[in-house]
Amino acid sequence: MNVKALIICLFLAGPAWAQGFAGLGTEADGFAVPARGLAFDFPADHGPHPTYRIEWWYLTATLTGADGRDYGVQWTLFRSALAPEERAGWSSPQIWLGHAGLTTPEQHFVAERLARGGVGQAGVTASPFHAWIDDWAMQGPDLARRVQVSATGADFAYDLSLTADHPIVPHGDEGYSVKSAAGQASYYYSQPFYEVTGTLSLPDGPMVVTGQAWLDREWSSQPLADDQLGWDWFSLSLEDGSRVMAFQLRQTDGRSYTSGTWITEDGSPTPLPDGAIAFTPLALSDVAGREIPTAWRVSIPSKGLEVDTTPLNTQSWMDTLFPYWEGPIRFSGTHQGRGYLEMTGYE
Amino acid sequence: MMWRTALSALLSHWRYRPVQLATLLIGLAVATALWSGVQAINAEARASYDRAAAVLGQDRLDSLVPRAGNDLSQDSYIALRRAGWQVSPVVEGSIRVGDLRLRILGIDPVTTPPQAALGAFEGGDGLYPFITPPGLAFTSAETARQIADATTALPPLRVQDDLAPGVVVMDIGIAQRLLGMDGRVSRLLLHPDQPLGRASLTDIAPDLQQRSPQAENDLARLTDSFHLNLTAFGLLSFAVGLFIVHAAIGLAFEQRRAMFRTLRALGVPVGTLIALLAAELLILAGLAGVIGVALGYLVASVLLPDVAASLRGLYGAQVSGVLTLNPAWWLSGLAIAIVGAGVAAASSLWRAARMPLLAPAQPRAWARVSERRMTMQAVAALLLWAGGGLAAWLGSGLIAGFALMGGLLLGAALMLPPILSLLLIAGERLARAALWQWFWADTRQQLPGLSLALMALLLALAANIGVGTMVSSFRTTFTGWLDQRLAAELYITAESEAQWQDISPLIANRSDRILPIWNTEITVRGAPVTLYGIADDATYRDNWPLLSQAADPWDQVALGTGAMINEQLARRQGFTVGEEITLLPGWTFQIVGVYSDYGNPTGQILINLPQLTARFPDVERLRYAVRMAPEGVAPLMAELQSRGLTERNMIDQAALKAFSVSVFERTFAVTAALNVLTLGVAAIAMLTSLLTLSSMRLPQLAPLWAMGLTRRRLAVLDLARTLLLALMTMIAALPVGLALAWVLLAVVNVEAFGWRLPMDLFPADWLRLGGLALLAAGIAAALPVRRLATINPADLVRVFAHER
Repeated sequence: MNVKALIICLFLAGPAWAQGFAGLGTEADGFAVPARGLAFDFPADHGPHPTYRIEWWYLTATLTGADGRDYGVQWTLFRSALAPEERAGWSSPQIWLGHAGLTTPEQHFVAERLARGGVGQAGVTASPFHAWIDDWAMQGPDLARRVQVSATGADFAYDLSLTADHPIVPHGDEGYSVKSAAGQASYYYSQPFYEVTGTLSLPDGPMVVTGQAWLDREWSSQPLADDQLGWDWFSLSLEDGSRVMAFQLRQTDGRSYTSGTWITEDGSPTPLPDGAIAFTPLALSDVAGREIPTAWRVSIPSKGLEVDTTPLNTQSWMDTLFPYWEGPIRFSGTHQGRGYLEMTGYE
Repeated sequence: MMWRTALSALLSHWRYRPVQLATLLIGLAVATALWSGVQAINAEARASYDRAAAVLGQDRLDSLVPRAGNDLSQDSYIALRRAGWQVSPVVEGSIRVGDLRLRILGIDPVTTPPQAALGAFEGGDGLYPFITPPGLAFTSAETARQIADATTALPPLRVQDDLAPGVVVMDIGIAQRLLGMDGRVSRLLLHPDQPLGRASLTDIAPDLQQRSPQAENDLARLTDSFHLNLTAFGLLSFAVGLFIVHAAIGLAFEQRRAMFRTLRALGVPVGTLIALLAAELLILAGLAGVIGVALGYLVASVLLPDVAASLRGLYGAQVSGVLTLNPAWWLSGLAIAIVGAGVAAASSLWRAARMPLLAPAQPRAWARVSERRMTMQAVAALLLWAGGGLAAWLGSGLIAGFALMGGLLLGAALMLPPILSLLLIAGERLARAALWQWFWADTRQQLPGLSLALMALLLALAANIGVGTMVSSFRTTFTGWLDQRLAAELYITAESEAQWQDISPLIANRSDRILPIWNTEITVRGAPVTLYGIADDATYRDNWPLLSQAADPWDQVALGTGAMINEQLARRQGFTVGEEITLLPGWTFQIVGVYSDYGNPTGQILINLPQLTARFPDVERLRYAVRMAPEGVAPLMAELQSRGLTERNMIDQAALKAFSVSVFERTFAVTAALNVLTLGVAAIAMLTSLLTLSSMRLPQLAPLWAMGLTRRRLAVLDLARTLLLALMTMIAALPVGLALAWVLLAVVNVEAFGWRLPMDLFPADWLRLGGLALLAAGIAAALPVRRLATINPADLVRVFAHER
């Protein structure tokens, strides 16, 4: 029995982590519930919403090294509330979880951090923006425009500068993103237009990189529907400057609930309703003892998009407390470009 | 077919001699019981120490501890985390519930490293109730039971079976509040995996230092001598038991010589015969082993609560009072029974194997011991003594001490028959009357048959004298030391400084002097040490038991330049008088004295009171020693109680001494119990041998009866003979026991404990033991003597009819 198992015991016993990715729990009991028609309030909404059960600051970056090779970086801070409130000191019910990933064509590095709220080990302030857990930080004057992102693991580290001149992009109905036919929803916005420069620290030495990054911000209290197994989520940067966010929530009956956003070059979003996107697995890979579809065909007929995706590294497995697949991809077909793929719920 | 017939022929022997069978089984079972009982106690205690040491992975993980002082700021923890250091905070402290001292461990389950091996926290409550006031407290079932009825400040209890007894685990925030340590952390556990390029410790928290896991388990080391004591006794009991087994098996072989010859003559090959005998032995040993292990479990479970109480009182070691069943222990008990039986039977098997096919089937009674054999035994004894001495001289450590002890005891046992034989020859020479000449000669003739039992008795008596002398010497030293240390008449602990302000005028009025005893915990060379500030007072100057000292040590302490340290700290860290000791960076004292401090596991330093308060202005000013007329103590205590001071916070000298002595007595209650058991085993050995001899001696006694000695007279003479031999053995055991005591005090204790105690002699104890030995011998002789006194005369007549 190790503490990791202990923590799983403690967490799983609580309602928040019962199911699926980063646990959109089972019930909303006592927690605030997202409502339609509430406009975002920035910069306050860059900060935490402790009365909601789950929240994340989720950055993925597709990078190119000075050696001409592709790299991918992930930086995530999760907030999980055991109770819908914040208290100072050790009795704070807010638990923080940090994930860092760095993908090369041959390797995939992972690090994880856990922290209690209330004592200063981890937290987020909205303005000036500062999200941190231990020595990992996402920090800058304005999350929407300019931040510095860093993390270290036992065998890797990175330090990236991000700038964007496009505004924040809300998903769904002005940020109200529906997750199932039963109406479960979250607040969801992105900054998909960061330009990145920075340095990766790899076992072979430092690597200067440039590229693009995509930030997802999402908070909610509602669970996945009982019949939802997990999700496949894509962020695509097209060569013409457009961006596409697309995901499906897989159901036990073999069907799925789909949702997405078409973001034009200037940042204006068009929601893609359930059924507007088709996802077809093309190839399975043996990852961490399970079969995972790492190559996909994504079609959005209404936008004339049909692309096949290939991963930079099929073994982009995040071997964390709640494991999942997350890694950079390239795609080709009607459009070309790079993106990120995240898959959860594959047992 | 032949196998079965032969085996049933061999086994039939036991059917006709149930007493002999019982003797063999009892001897082996008792030996196994004492041995495995002691093993079970030791194993349980060691498992408890290991569990205590393994709590939070202290035996595997490095930690960061303050260079000086007890705890560190929680801000330092956060600063380290924010600099990338993967550390997890731990809050440690203790609280008292009734007379139980609980070790409180506050953890942050979210950052605790996997190697901390906390155990499965079950109950399905999740993290939220654990971290949210009032929180949850995890403890062992035993501890939970002990504190179930007490009103405590503890959070609701949850049972967690693999926790060490006395340990209570809760969330760090809950523990901080319980222990009054808000914003403080005792130490930081260091994860084995640390991220790349983190800043150095000196840049972030220069007041912390990295400490490696304790290579040696402190408790195990401290309690070594205690367990050694038990082990030695277990071993001794086992050896004594083997003597019985050896005697019983030897007899059974002798009595079956005719049967062996017949079987061989009927065509049973010698190999088959030996294999059958070995199989028979295996069956008997297995049976006795099972009984013995079951008895051992009983012995251990009866003694364990006392042992646990002693260890708690003496060393502060928390040992579970509940015995856990361990298959390995059962198997090892069985194995030792079988191996023991094998050793005891080896010579008999060897003889049976080499017996000529048509050797006379005459029972040889016991191998007649020739002069030559006696001489050989004496030479072997001398060699054993020399070997033991050589091992002690050349070797070091406990093993050498054991070798010396073993050599001494075995040599003495082997030397006993030759010496007794010489004494009996002398007795015979001095005797004038024919009857007495016969008495001495007959006694000498019986010596070979009784010698094994007498050797067992010698070992048991010598062990009693040796261990008794050690315990009594320890007791004398300990009580003398208590008198010195507990010089003040009354010890007061106020609950708050306000309360002290309230009661101090009253105390000042009634007493001669009030001496503050203020202390704080510091760290010296990475180990926790209690630092005391004391007033310059005659109480210390006159009474404090110094082992070594510089010139005018108390003047130097009073001047603020000198410090006294206890023997434990001196031995552990290698400090000697005259050296310097650094208590905090830049705060150094000269060591001017080393004092004895029995029964205290941790290091101690005494300095002048003003020095302590200058350096630690916040030290708790709550404990005081009061010097006053002894007759005034009780009235003052009553008055203080009416002023709100609880009884718990006032300890008078007499009560404290009584408590300390009771702890001590309880410790050696186990020794006393084992002593009695060992003596009991020796008595069984005597009984066995006498029973055996009594049936074989009829041919020798019948002529005397025929010449007119009554059966009654013969029986009295037999009893006298047994008592005489027991007395001679007792006298021989005296020097052996004293030599054993010396080995224990001057060699084994020094190796195990680190201190040497002066040896005192207790002749009254020897007299009592002598009486006990005679009583045991008398009881052992009673049955055969009674049988002889009431034997049917026809049986005696029949002796003459038998052709021999």
